[in-house]
Amino acid sequence: MKKYVCAICGYVYDPAKGDPDGGIAKGTAFEDLPADWVCPVCGASKDEFAPE
Amino acid sequence: MENVYSAIKVTENVYWVGAIDWGIRDFHGYTTPEGSTYNAYLIMADDVTLIDTVKSPFKDEMLSRIKSVIDPAKIKYIISNHSEMDHSGCLTEAIDLIKPDKVFASAIGVKTLRELYHNQHEIIAVKDGETLSLGNMNLTFMETRMIHWPDSMFTYLAEEELLFSQDAFGMHLATLERFDDELSESVLEFEAATYYANIVLPYSAIVLKTLEKVAATGWKIKIIAPDHGPIWRKNLGWIIELYKKWAAQKPANKAVVIYATMWHSTEKMARAISEALAEAGVRTSILSMNHFHRSQAAYEVLEAGALVVGTSTLNNNMLPQMADTMTYLKGLKPANLIGAAFGSFGWSGEGVRDLEAILKEMKVEIAAPALSIRNAPNKGALEICQELGKTIAAELKNKLASS
Repeated sequence: MKKYVCAICGYVYDPAKGDPDGGIAKGTAFEDLPADWVCPVCGASKDEFAPE
Repeated sequence: MENVYSAIKVTENVYWVGAIDWGIRDFHGYTTPEGSTYNAYLIMADDVTLIDTVKSPFKDEMLSRIKSVIDPAKIKYIISNHSEMDHSGCLTEAIDLIKPDKVFASAIGVKTLRELYHNQHEIIAVKDGETLSLGNMNLTFMETRMIHWPDSMFTYLAEEELLFSQDAFGMHLATLERFDDELSESVLEFEAATYYANIVLPYSAIVLKTLEKVAATGWKIKIIAPDHGPIWRKNLGWIIELYKKWAAQKPANKAVVIYATMWHSTEKMARAISEALAEAGVRTSILSMNHFHRSQAAYEVLEAGALVVGTSTLNNNMLPQMADTMTYLKGLKPANLIGAAFGSFGWSGEGVRDLEAILKEMKVEIAAPALSIRNAPNKGALEICQELGKTIAAELKNKLASS
């Protein structure tokens, strides 16, 4: 599964780690993140992300 | 006024040419009782360079300080390390007056400046790690995204071993002293901590990474020149260690009791809880938001282990002072806290419930069930408040023992 980078703050979403604070389990693909998921660092929306 | 404002020499070739704002008291919701400074710096290299500008009304003060060293028209480059208006507010006018060859910012800085000022000035994007020759000197740029805006960057001047750190390591403190060694350490620590708590705290994880990134460059740094407050030339190691401590957000044996009250009933509860916490050996600060300001609350929470919040219920809501404070604190993302909510109510009591919900949203570990008391607390109710204080103290001790 691909990692995705936030264009605003540079945070990298790693599917292997998920986003535990945001309630996202390990192994969740970026594509499967809910539409209202936001960057845990800067709060940017999903559409600010691009593949690493 | 032309000759009133002079530059202050920082190193052989670098001058402070900023402005002192003695009067500012509200920095987008952060109360600044000591005012602030907007620091800009002039590098007298072969290619004269200006690092950052100042807030718009202070343009003439900056230009006057520059003129005490050199004709501003001789400035070849302007670097914008941070796009926020207190540092870029007079950038457009400065470009018009100075007519520099080139203006540089980070890639996001270029975009942000364009969206703030909507003008046609060309600003060139520099990449992370890129260098710029000033003839006899060299600048290196480092992106520091989210410290504390996405555009933020550091600029390093190798020949003077000087790091221009924009808002990092800054503080809102208006003084005529320009260097850390001219001020007392207690003032420096208090103001730097208040600034960290109110501005930098949400990005603590990035602070730790950035400090590692700077260390990995091998840059020799003998001066840190921030965009607000004094320039660090003596206590660099000390302020960096403080940043590491604040960023680590380790819970401490300290509780902060923050409340607002209508007719002193919630206040009586807050006092009983606080006395019990202190008696149990927890350092406790108590802030009535009827009197204190949200930025003082942020300062107190910075090094706390427990956050205890109280409100009366007004028209089925928490008091507006607490809604204000909790919105602010939630945005600052303090971590590793335990906490509880309490308060008095007349007939419904939603305020306490809503406060507890915010604590949960803030990922504060709830140490005890919310405590609501109808109308004024009697002796028995105050004993329950004391029990709540003891419970929180015990939970905090457990947490400290296991961390």
